[in-house]
Amino acid sequence: MNHEYSILIGGQAGDGIRITGYTIAKLFNKLGYWVFAYNDYQSLIRGGHNFSIVRAADKKIEAHKEKVNIIIAMNQETIEKHSWRLENKKLIIFDSNNVKAEGIGLPLTEIVKNKGLPLVAKNSVALGALASVLDLDFSLIENVIRSSFRRSIDENIAIAKEGYEAAINYKGIFKIPIIHDSQSKFLLSGSEAIGLGAVKAGLKIYVAYPMTPSTPLLHYLASNSDEFKIIVIQPENEIAVIGIAQGAAYAGIRSMVGTSGGGFCLMVEHLSLAGQAEIPILIMIGERPGPAIGLPTYHAQGELFFSIFAGHGEFPRIVASPGDPEEAFYLSAEMLNLAWKFQVPAILLADYSLLESTFSTIIDEEKVIIENPKLWKGEGEYKRYLQTEDGISPLAFPGMEKAIVKSNSYEHDEFGITTEDPELTKQGAEKRIKKSIAIENELKKRKTIKTYGKSKSKIVLITWGSTKGAVAEIAEKYGFNVIQPLYLNPLPIWEIEKHLSKAEKTICIEANSTGQLAKWMKYHGFKIDETILKYDGRPFTIDYLEEKIRKVIY
Amino acid sequence: MSIKIEDLSTYAKNTWCPGCGNFGIERAAKQAFIELINEGKVKREKIVIVTGIGCHGKIADYINVNSFYSLHGRAIAPAIGMKLANPTLNVIAFVGDGDALGEGLEHTIFAAKRNVDITVIVHDNRVYALTTGQFTPTSPKGFRGGSTPKGSPEEPLNPIELMLVSGATFIARAYSANLNHTKEIFKQAILHKGFAFVDVLQPCYTFFDTYKYYGPRVYDLQKDGHDASNWEAALARAREWNYGGEEAKRIPIGLFFKTDKTTYEDIILSGKDLYDKTIPKINRILQKHV
Repeated sequence: MNHEYSILIGGQAGDGIRITGYTIAKLFNKLGYWVFAYNDYQSLIRGGHNFSIVRAADKKIEAHKEKVNIIIAMNQETIEKHSWRLENKKLIIFDSNNVKAEGIGLPLTEIVKNKGLPLVAKNSVALGALASVLDLDFSLIENVIRSSFRRSIDENIAIAKEGYEAAINYKGIFKIPIIHDSQSKFLLSGSEAIGLGAVKAGLKIYVAYPMTPSTPLLHYLASNSDEFKIIVIQPENEIAVIGIAQGAAYAGIRSMVGTSGGGFCLMVEHLSLAGQAEIPILIMIGERPGPAIGLPTYHAQGELFFSIFAGHGEFPRIVASPGDPEEAFYLSAEMLNLAWKFQVPAILLADYSLLESTFSTIIDEEKVIIENPKLWKGEGEYKRYLQTEDGISPLAFPGMEKAIVKSNSYEHDEFGITTEDPELTKQGAEKRIKKSIAIENELKKRKTIKTYGKSKSKIVLITWGSTKGAVAEIAEKYGFNVIQPLYLNPLPIWEIEKHLSKAEKTICIEANSTGQLAKWMKYHGFKIDETILKYDGRPFTIDYLEEKIRKVIY
Repeated sequence: MSIKIEDLSTYAKNTWCPGCGNFGIERAAKQAFIELINEGKVKREKIVIVTGIGCHGKIADYINVNSFYSLHGRAIAPAIGMKLANPTLNVIAFVGDGDALGEGLEHTIFAAKRNVDITVIVHDNRVYALTTGQFTPTSPKGFRGGSTPKGSPEEPLNPIELMLVSGATFIARAYSANLNHTKEIFKQAILHKGFAFVDVLQPCYTFFDTYKYYGPRVYDLQKDGHDASNWEAALARAREWNYGGEEAKRIPIGLFFKTDKTTYEDIILSGKDLYDKTIPKINRILQKHV
């Protein structure tokens, strides 16, 4: 990496820190950089301390560092909490009206008050000042504000110009180069990518009850529902969420639900219903630290076992976990297709940092297609649960003239009538097992794992979810091998074993306290030598992980 | 070609107790479906029955139409999903009193609040029968069952009153032994555009035999000059009987309240056809992310 910069902006909740972080990310993305923007916010509406760290580099990055080059401080707390982070070429831009620090102090509050604007407009002044310091043309700031803000665009541009002028004495003291990259990169959060992927795979109904960190997906789909030709529903609770989605699926419409661990708890009985009645459903779980309410607005990867084992009775399911928005886009689409292909619940396990962070991403909508499920051809009497070789019965939907579609949560015969007959009970269980086998056979034809670093390395790092961002970067630097299973149930052992046959040291890295992936790997017969676990509610950063890995290996 | 009651029967063996009030509900439902189909008001393939779990739920096995046999208390949310997916369906949820007024009460209230165009028919036997006789939300205070040998300590819930304050736009009560009246109420409920709620008083011959109790007490609201467009009058009639015991003199059945209101699916869908297979291009949206 020849060029790499990290900028932290901090202030109170309600100060508009997040949108400013996003705008800075957009600025760098436009300059050709690869960007990763991490948002740290507390579960409150006003007060408290929020910050965003925007890391930009001339190659792909998917994690941030603890250390930064520039701090933009809206309040004194930002200096107190974060000045230790400054390293190398460093600079503080601060609001001289209420912050004491060394660096570029500008009267942000005064500038805003003189214009009669709300205090939140301080961000735009700071943004203008930053552009001066970085030696950027003001037109770029104008452009970025126009495409990021929803309201008061002209006022924000005007006030940013004041900031730009106020810092004119410091113009270019932190000059950054423009990166010439021909690829067009989209700045996407994992939430946005999941929504886009599902829409491209035929999503028509999204149902959710608000719960961090799944709420951004709810907001994104709701605000674009007309363009996406979908409907978005917020019912009374998570039980109704999944019930409504399943009713829609029964009627032939592709539906999806989103929640976090706590909300998924409420959905679990319906998960089992999906298993018995064979209802296709895509469930997005946004992980945050538990148990119970835990840390609502922070990061964890604690729901792997919950996703794999939730629900009473034995039934097939697919669990997959994307690590960045590109994977999120394609996996979300693929999982919706697979849910319908196999008429099973499919759980897309996404962690806080993936859902709430912003990444420079390349995706191609042409690469996603709707894969048609097995449909009834309209011949003879329709049997919803027809026994077939692979366990998958053709689908028909209510409203079709010659079909009577009987869906049943009891054990049932082929037509869908309740049974307690021992032979039919056995056949029902075996139908579900056949589907599990069919799913595994299908996944053998698909991309189920990703690898990074040096494939010949005897040191293999195993990780999942957004933790792979930090792991992959460290592995590239030191020449280790990395395996990231995209699919976690069924675990693609056929792929994983290819990469572990010559491994001398295997290290599992994940954001939980018990090493769930490590245990799941061991359950499947793999040897895991070490684990590196982080469970403080914050994602792995590059510098933190590097130190931990060095301790384990050297 | 007109269809007959046999056409709506399945091969499933009926396991309701002899004398069960469910037979009356099943018969009235089948008769209502047949008449609506033969009158050209409803198409058979558009009918979906959704049930919870309890003795009532078996009706899913016994009527030969599309059905979704759901979980205990969870018939109404899937019913809403079906109606949103395909507003041309006639979605009828057959639910129990423990099922839709206990375990899944929130869905009943919110379906009424939304005025989603589905019909909810409560098999209100005022007892958990399939689990061998415990008190439910509508059992009278003092009900002696397996879990309350000294009598239920709770006052019953009045579902008619609850629906009146929750925003239901069609609220009726029927008595399963009055087959023809029940059928007529079902037909009106199914044809009502909006959330229709029918509480069917249903004796449980085995665990709570109320035939002798209801018989002399029920009277038809419509023959008694009740104005179903008057919400206050409906509330007064609803309070005439509070699901109590012997002290009650008269129990009104028939239509309590009916009004017209925009439906939930009309607002939510606002012309969107979810069966439209064209997939939107996202490139224009992606350009906002550059």
